[in-house]
Amino acid sequence: MKFSKKTKISSEIPTASMPDIIFMLLVFFMVTTVLKEYSGLPVNLPKAKRIEKLKSKRHTVQVWVSKEGLISIDDRLMGVDDVSLVMYDKRVSDPQIVVSLKGDEEAEMGLVSDIHENLREVEALKLNYSSKTLVD
Amino acid sequence: MKKNRRFKGGEIPTSSMADIAFLLLIFFLVTTTIDTDKGLGIILPPPGDMEIEIRKENILNCLINSQGKVLLDEEPTNVEQLHRIVGDKIRANDKLVISVKAHPKTAYSDYVKVIDQLKMADAKRISIANSN
Repeated sequence: MKFSKKTKISSEIPTASMPDIIFMLLVFFMVTTVLKEYSGLPVNLPKAKRIEKLKSKRHTVQVWVSKEGLISIDDRLMGVDDVSLVMYDKRVSDPQIVVSLKGDEEAEMGLVSDIHENLREVEALKLNYSSKTLVD
Repeated sequence: MKKNRRFKGGEIPTSSMADIAFLLLIFFLVTTTIDTDKGLGIILPPPGDMEIEIRKENILNCLINSQGKVLLDEEPTNVEQLHRIVGDKIRANDKLVISVKAHPKTAYSDYVKVIDQLKMADAKRISIANSN
């Protein structure tokens, strides 16, 4: 049996609005992209259960502390006392800054405590102990 | 002098616009990292040695030694049990301030474990003492 095709539906996808959709996606990705990324120091982050997400990378400063006791901010190694100098500039330019402390599991608390004191000095009080999710 | 300008229908070619937009889109897709940092949030006290007097019964001392062992009000406590014990104490006394003090040689992971346990016990008032 042979069917005769009578219906003539145009089989074209409307492409007129495609650039608009693409531009919309483009604007979304442009806004969410933060180009500045730092490689930091190799650290084994501690694990925790009650973790919360940081709002955005734009208002976050990452401070790396390795197990050897090295401190790195913006891919620059520094001593403990320089932390307050660097953080002062950052806090002045962005008052709602959050410090994300990426400490190694084996880092010593003496050093972390010194960083606390330095952050307090320059009123960078919002701190986040970066950690991995602990699954049990 | 006046030039005789003949308008020849000035149109911007838009056929390649989608291609250009796609190209930019792919670039930003590749460079975007969606995953944000996550971890335990804490608010440090403002600078200056201000002393607030807290009644003795409202303070819970939590000491961590260099081996990661926890001493909760003079009593050696297992880290995994900490959230249960602290949770009970907070329910009994909602003004309780937990003072965490770590030895300078304590491993950072042990300290984070304790803070995690305190967060699990819904402790809002955590005080971090200087290790040195």
